[in-house]
Amino acid sequence: MTTRVLQAWNGEAIEVGDIPVLPVDEFQQIVADAVTAGARVSSYAGRRDDERTRVTAVLADDAQGRLGVLSCRVGAAWPSLTSECPSIQAFEREIFEQFGVKPEGHPWLKPLRFEPPLVAGVDPWGRIAKPSTIPGDYPFFRVEGEEVHEVAVGPVHAGVIEPGHFRFQCHGEHVFTLEIVLGYQHRGVEPMLVGGPDRRTVALVESVAGDTVVGNAITHANAVEALADFQIPARASVLRGVALELERLANHVGDLGMLAGDVGFLPTASYCGALRADFLNALAEICGNRFGRGLVVPGGVRFDLDAGATARLAEKVAKAWEQVDGATRLLFESPSVRNRFDGTGVVSRDTCTELGLVGPAARACGVSRDVRRDHATGVFRFLHVPTVTGETGDVFARAWVRRLEAERSAEFVVRQLRALPGGPVRTPCPLPRPDRLVVSLTEGWRGELCHVVETDGDGSFLRYKLVDPSFHNWMGLAMALRGEQISDFPLCNKSFNLSYCGHDL
Amino acid sequence: MDGIPGILQFRARFGRQTVAYPEGPARFPERFRGLPVVDPRAGDGGRAGAAVCPTEAVRDAGTPGMAIDLGRCTFCGLCEEASPGAIRFTRDYRISGRTRDSLQVNGAAPLLAAALDEKARKLFGRSLRLRQVSAGGCNGCEAELNASGNVQFDMSRFGVAFVASPRHADGLVVTGPVSENMREALLKTWEALPAPRLVIAVGACACSGGIFRDSPVQSNGMPGVPEIPVDLWVAGCPPHPITFIDGVLRLLGRIEGDSLRLAGTGIVEPR
Repeated sequence: MTTRVLQAWNGEAIEVGDIPVLPVDEFQQIVADAVTAGARVSSYAGRRDDERTRVTAVLADDAQGRLGVLSCRVGAAWPSLTSECPSIQAFEREIFEQFGVKPEGHPWLKPLRFEPPLVAGVDPWGRIAKPSTIPGDYPFFRVEGEEVHEVAVGPVHAGVIEPGHFRFQCHGEHVFTLEIVLGYQHRGVEPMLVGGPDRRTVALVESVAGDTVVGNAITHANAVEALADFQIPARASVLRGVALELERLANHVGDLGMLAGDVGFLPTASYCGALRADFLNALAEICGNRFGRGLVVPGGVRFDLDAGATARLAEKVAKAWEQVDGATRLLFESPSVRNRFDGTGVVSRDTCTELGLVGPAARACGVSRDVRRDHATGVFRFLHVPTVTGETGDVFARAWVRRLEAERSAEFVVRQLRALPGGPVRTPCPLPRPDRLVVSLTEGWRGELCHVVETDGDGSFLRYKLVDPSFHNWMGLAMALRGEQISDFPLCNKSFNLSYCGHDL
Repeated sequence: MDGIPGILQFRARFGRQTVAYPEGPARFPERFRGLPVVDPRAGDGGRAGAAVCPTEAVRDAGTPGMAIDLGRCTFCGLCEEASPGAIRFTRDYRISGRTRDSLQVNGAAPLLAAALDEKARKLFGRSLRLRQVSAGGCNGCEAELNASGNVQFDMSRFGVAFVASPRHADGLVVTGPVSENMREALLKTWEALPAPRLVIAVGACACSGGIFRDSPVQSNGMPGVPEIPVDLWVAGCPPHPITFIDGVLRLLGRIEGDSLRLAGTGIVEPR
C-alpha cells in the first residue's frame, strides 16, 4: 500500500478529511494492485456525496495488521474490477443497487438483495413499477441441454431456517452450478442506523444477526468508543472476550450437532443440541439472555459477576467442554461419518483466496486469517487464542476446524473467568466526535465482522456500513457445490452455516 | 472404547437431558427477564424507562394507565434500570396471549393465554404439526424454535412438532417483522396450509416489527398482514423455548390455571 492510502489500525478513529479522495482510475488501480499483492477487501461501500457517490475502500493487510483506507467520487458508471478481483463482485453489485453506479463489464451484474435504492431516482434495474417479489424477477444462469434439469429450492425451506433461494443446474444427481439468490431478509438496517447513536442503535446492531449478537455488539461498541477517544475498563474488556468466545462455542457446538444430524449420526446430533445450551445458558447467567442481548454497550458491559458466580461459571463451561469433547470424538471417529465428510464440498485454497473467504470457511482451506490475531483489539491484544487451520477445504475440514476452535475458546473462557481483573465493568462513554471514520473488525464465529462508521459535522452517524462474514462467504458455498451430488447440498450448506439476515441487512 | 459400545457408554454417562417442565419446575437463570410488573405509582412512574426504551414499548409513562407493550418489548431491561420501582422484570416465563392487545401489561396480573374452543382442541389437542416461516427474522427466534424440539425441551413429547411442508401442517409459526421481500412467500405458504389452521406469531418482530418497526421495507409484523389471522402471540426477543412451549400448551388446553413453578436457584417466584 502506498502513501496515497491512509493507514489505520483496527478500531482507530481517523479524520474524514485525511482520507485521500483519488481519481477513479487511480483508486481502482490501487485496489487491484493491493488485492493482487495479497490484501483483502474488508469493506467497499458508497454514500451519497454532492450528486455523486463517494466510495470508501478498506483494504486489510493481515500480515502487517494494518488497514488501508482510500476513497473516490464516482458518477453514473465506472469500469468493473470484478474480473480482476472476484472478491469485490458483491460489493460492486451492492453499490449499483444502492446508488445506481453501474460497474461496466461486471460478469455477474444481478440484484444482490432487492433493496430499494438509497437515492431517489431511476431504479438501477430499470423496473418501472414497484419491483415484483423475487426470485421471479431474477435472470438465472441456465445450462441448456436435453437431459439437463433445474432444481429450485426456497425461499421457504424444509427446516426452521431463514429464507433464501437456491437454483441448481443438474444432470441427474450431478450439480453443474448452484446460484444463490438472497434479499428476502432485507429489513433496512443501515438506513435505520443513520443519524444515531440513539436509543435504538445497540438493539438494532444486535439484531443484524441474532446468532452473532455479541460479535456485532462488540464491533459496534469498539467503533463508538474509538470515535469518542474512549477506553473501557480492563474487566469489561475481558468479559467481552469471554462473551465472544461463549458465542463461538455455542454456535460451533450447535453446528457440529447439525452436521452430525445431516449425515444421520444421531447420537452426536442429540448431545450437541443439548450441550450447545450449556454455553447459551452461560451467557444467560451473565446477562439474562441466552444470546447475550443487552450485555455489551458502548462504555463496557452492563452486567458484572461476583467471585462466586465466575467460579461457578468457569466450572460449568469446563464441564460442558468435557462432554463436547466426548460427543465430538464419537463423531469424528465414526467411519461412516468420515466417509460422508471427507472430500465433500471442496473449496480450493486458490478459490478461497480469490473470493476473499473469511472465518472457519477460509481456515478450513489452509488460509490462516483471524482478526483476533491479525488485527487484535480489546482483550485479544494481551491474551492470544491460537489460530486453527485445516488443509482439505472440505466438509471435514470445516467441521474439524470448528471442533478445534471450540476447544481453544473453552480454554480461553475458563482461564479468563478464573483470573478476571478487578475494577468497574462500565464507565460512561462520551458521544462520537464529528467528521471521523473508524473501521472496527471483530472475529465473529463465522469470520470477520466489519463496521465502518463515519460521523457528520455534529458527530451523528452519516454512514454505517456493515459487512457480515457471510457477505464474503456465500459465493464460497456456491463454488463448493460444483461437481457435487445435489443430495450433499444440505451437508455442504450446514458446513458453511452462513447468515441470511447478516447478508441481507 | 470405539463404535457402538463407546456410543452406549457415553449415552449412559450423559444421562437424561429433558427438562422437568411442565410436570416439574422450569429452570431459569437468576437474571432471566420474563413478565414485568408495572406500578405507575412507584418511582418516577416509568418516565425515565420510557425515554430509554429502544422500541417505545413503555406507554403512557407518568400516568395511572402506564403499560408495557410486550409485543414491542425486547426484554433488554433498560427501563428497569432507569425507572426502579415502577418497572420490575420477574422470571415469569409465561408471556403469550390470544390477542395482540392482551400483550399490554399493566399491574402485576399474570399473562396467560386462553385455550382454543372445544372443537379446535379436539382437532389439534393431541397432535399439532407446525410449519415455520421466517419473514425477516434475525435467526434468534428461529434458533429458539429449533431448540424447542431438541432433547432438552423435546416439544414432540406433547405431539407438537415442526414439519417440512405446509401441506402437512396444522399451523403456521411466523417470525420476523415480515420483510417486503418475504411477504408474498408468507402468504403463499399460508394459502398452502389446509384449513382449519392455526397461526402463531413469535417474537417482538412478528408482534410489532420489533426493533425494525417503521422501517419502510417491512410490515411491522403480523398486524401489518391482515390477510392472516393470528391465534397466539408469543412475546420475547427471542422467546425462551419454554415460553413458546407453554404458550402452545395453553392454547391447546394442555396447561391450565396459574401454577408457576420456577427453579434454578431454588426460588419459587411469589406472585
